[in-house]
Amino acid sequence: MTFDPFLAAIRFGTGLSPRHAPPGDVTALLADLSGPDAMAVRYPIPTFSQMQPSVAVLKDAAKARREARGTPQEDVMLDAYRALSQETIRLRAANLHATLARMIDAPVGLHERLMRFWVDHFTIRARTNQVTHGVTPAVEESIRPHVAGRFGTMLKAVATQPMMLLYLDQQLSHGPTSELGLRRDRGLNENLAREMLELHTVGAGGVFTQAEVRDFAELLIGLTYHPQQGFNYDARQAEPGSETVLGVTYSDAASLDTIHAALDDLALHPETARHICTKLAVHFIGPDPDADMLAQMTDAYLDNEGDIVSVVTAMLTHAAAFDPVKRKVRRPVEFIAATLRALDVAPESVLALDRRRTREKLTTPLQVMGQPWESPPGPDGWPESDAAWVTPQGMAGRISWAMEVPVTFRRDLPDPRDFVEMALGPHAAEEVAFAAAASENRIEGVGIVLASAAFQRR
Amino acid sequence: MDRRRFLTALGCSVAASPFVTPMAFASAPWDNRLVVIILRGAMDGLDVIRPVGDPDYAGLRPTLAAADGLPLSDFWHLHPALAPLVPLYESGEMGAFHAVSTPYRDKRSHFDGQDILEAGYGETSAMGARDGWLNRLLQATPGIETETAFAIGRDELKILAGDGPVSRWSPDANLRLSSQAQRLLEMVHHDDPLFRDASAQAIAIAHELRMNPVTGIDDDMMAEAMMGMNNRGGDHVKVAEFAAGRLRGDTRIASFSINGWDTHLNQRQGLTRVLSQLSDTILTLRAGLGPVWGKTAVLCMTEFGRTARENGTRGTDHGTGGAMIYAGGALRGGQVAGDWPGLGTADLYQERDLMPMRDVRGLAGWVMRNQFGLDRAVIEDAVFPGLDLSSEPGFLL
Repeated sequence: MTFDPFLAAIRFGTGLSPRHAPPGDVTALLADLSGPDAMAVRYPIPTFSQMQPSVAVLKDAAKARREARGTPQEDVMLDAYRALSQETIRLRAANLHATLARMIDAPVGLHERLMRFWVDHFTIRARTNQVTHGVTPAVEESIRPHVAGRFGTMLKAVATQPMMLLYLDQQLSHGPTSELGLRRDRGLNENLAREMLELHTVGAGGVFTQAEVRDFAELLIGLTYHPQQGFNYDARQAEPGSETVLGVTYSDAASLDTIHAALDDLALHPETARHICTKLAVHFIGPDPDADMLAQMTDAYLDNEGDIVSVVTAMLTHAAAFDPVKRKVRRPVEFIAATLRALDVAPESVLALDRRRTREKLTTPLQVMGQPWESPPGPDGWPESDAAWVTPQGMAGRISWAMEVPVTFRRDLPDPRDFVEMALGPHAAEEVAFAAAASENRIEGVGIVLASAAFQRR
Repeated sequence: MDRRRFLTALGCSVAASPFVTPMAFASAPWDNRLVVIILRGAMDGLDVIRPVGDPDYAGLRPTLAAADGLPLSDFWHLHPALAPLVPLYESGEMGAFHAVSTPYRDKRSHFDGQDILEAGYGETSAMGARDGWLNRLLQATPGIETETAFAIGRDELKILAGDGPVSRWSPDANLRLSSQAQRLLEMVHHDDPLFRDASAQAIAIAHELRMNPVTGIDDDMMAEAMMGMNNRGGDHVKVAEFAAGRLRGDTRIASFSINGWDTHLNQRQGLTRVLSQLSDTILTLRAGLGPVWGKTAVLCMTEFGRTARENGTRGTDHGTGGAMIYAGGALRGGQVAGDWPGLGTADLYQERDLMPMRDVRGLAGWVMRNQFGLDRAVIEDAVFPGLDLSSEPGFLL
């Protein structure tokens, strides 16, 4: 179980590529996390703040459309609203294209893989028509800058992200006896507080009580969002009094600082370290992670104030990280990116897909494979278990895609016999090499390699 | 020997044989069938099952009520787009339950309304729900196989999400392989049981669908169904054909969606289109299920009803109470069941929506009790926690 460049690129990066040599050692692998974020610069995705005005525009257009019903303006307003809706669909497609382009073009792809991990950890979904295009911009703003930073910084950014507040109802939460709670006759909503404890930080292991969920929910009151202004802290919603979360009593001052103090403490809680490190190891390496590796990761987390690069370094420098048995299955987005990367498809040809081709080649196949774009099943994100992905329908989707779509990106598909080593590295299983050579034509030969268990696993 | 071990023992030959499908070896805990169709977008129950005998009905709906419906009784008329289902209504194979809703109130959002319908919890606890009520039924039943329940189509179907085993299939998953590719694929999956079994089943399902889209279909019944059908090649028909094929085999529960019920403007056109799909779907299920139709209950549920009053654009807006359409030989059709609250201003919920008289979850609970012999306690504690099943609803056989 020593460092293997090919396994490193497959397990921790976005796959092998004829354009980028696999990382020669752990330092080269980790280099992906230092320096400026070249991929974000080359394939830009707007942040939620940048696209935030469009939410108000959409809301106004929807209102204008409603008000124009039965008047001579009806058709004009409907057309205007539809044109804006079309634009949100175009934006969502462009954001998928940019996400894939980054995964295809990155020298190693560890940064992109960590990005996908954190996006899943802090799952956000759009719940109204005005923000369907806001999911990827939200994570670009609140997660991307912190992927190689501190967990606590990311946690605070996510806790103030409008799309998260909307997804988990936080903007509705009012202290029952607060100024606005009384005036609006509104009460507490525990949704975000519960998920932050159970999913985002200490985990469902039982270190918190229902009373503490309630106290934490009271503490989070005031995080709100308005389509015109964006994120806003509104102390007039806050319940008077102090709150106690995981044994710490916080100031009774209703302010964003109080919330930040609680999030900082939660981020550095030993249970959070354990939860995050276990989840990382399970996601990248497999179920039941090596106990010694987990201990090293957890120590790295706590000794370095939740510094993510320290934790990842501890994982990658442990022998268990390079267990040659591949115990995880590539998720559909990873599978598509790894395929396009191995086939040396130019990122530009992904960026150039029009709406129909995006649907045919990407969004419908992702749905069949079980990972519809920006639509995870719930706040707990996509499933980790292999069995959840390798289903009859999921395999039908993966096999069809492998057989039909690559040739539409590259008419000059490589010789399947050469492609085996390109896609799988020098230690490719004998039966895959045999099957590739025995195929009737290039399309099927390349398809067989991509659909093989050896390529689907990492 | 269980089915998976059996498959493993057969190795690759299962997938290669058109005569042996993996479905044939499973066994299910029940013999009756349940189909739940989610009508996404909020169906206007008052336009589909029209209370023309209510003195306030015509006044609330100046243009919608003016178009002729199909008389079911002096009080009830059926929307004309459901004309192909009238023979089923007359033979007791189709009916409706009126003035029902989920516990969801007041916010009238599709997203939340559908989440609550599928989660099956009371309103307050639904947001954190991780599983759907059909899945909790599976979790509460021993002996469930992967094929016992099928989620079909492109939609997510949270109603079947959860720890209970569920199979999925979408008509988009149309796998076509040359025989050489299939052989080579078996080779590259052979040493990985997870991939080997899933691919073998995928190939078997795709093969079966190509060879014989609806297995063992009754020709006369199919011919009869085709006559009433609007769009034989549509995705909704493929979904219903697939569901029927599974339910003829070892599948006992199937769920899928029909979208497009959000008729804010020009409802007559929009509703006609989706009702035609619903009608095609029910006829396809009936034809495809053949003798099994007699053991089948089909429930068509929507997230909420629509406003009692027509709006300014010949449509209706989001409301509360609505109707549930049902079909199948296992239910007592030929009636519009339920307590009628009336449509006078004081009878309406918040003076705008049809007043819900019954929790639609209770209807589903009674059907499950009847179809699968579930204990009342299992339904009230596990499937719909906190629900009071209340009295027998009068549409069971």
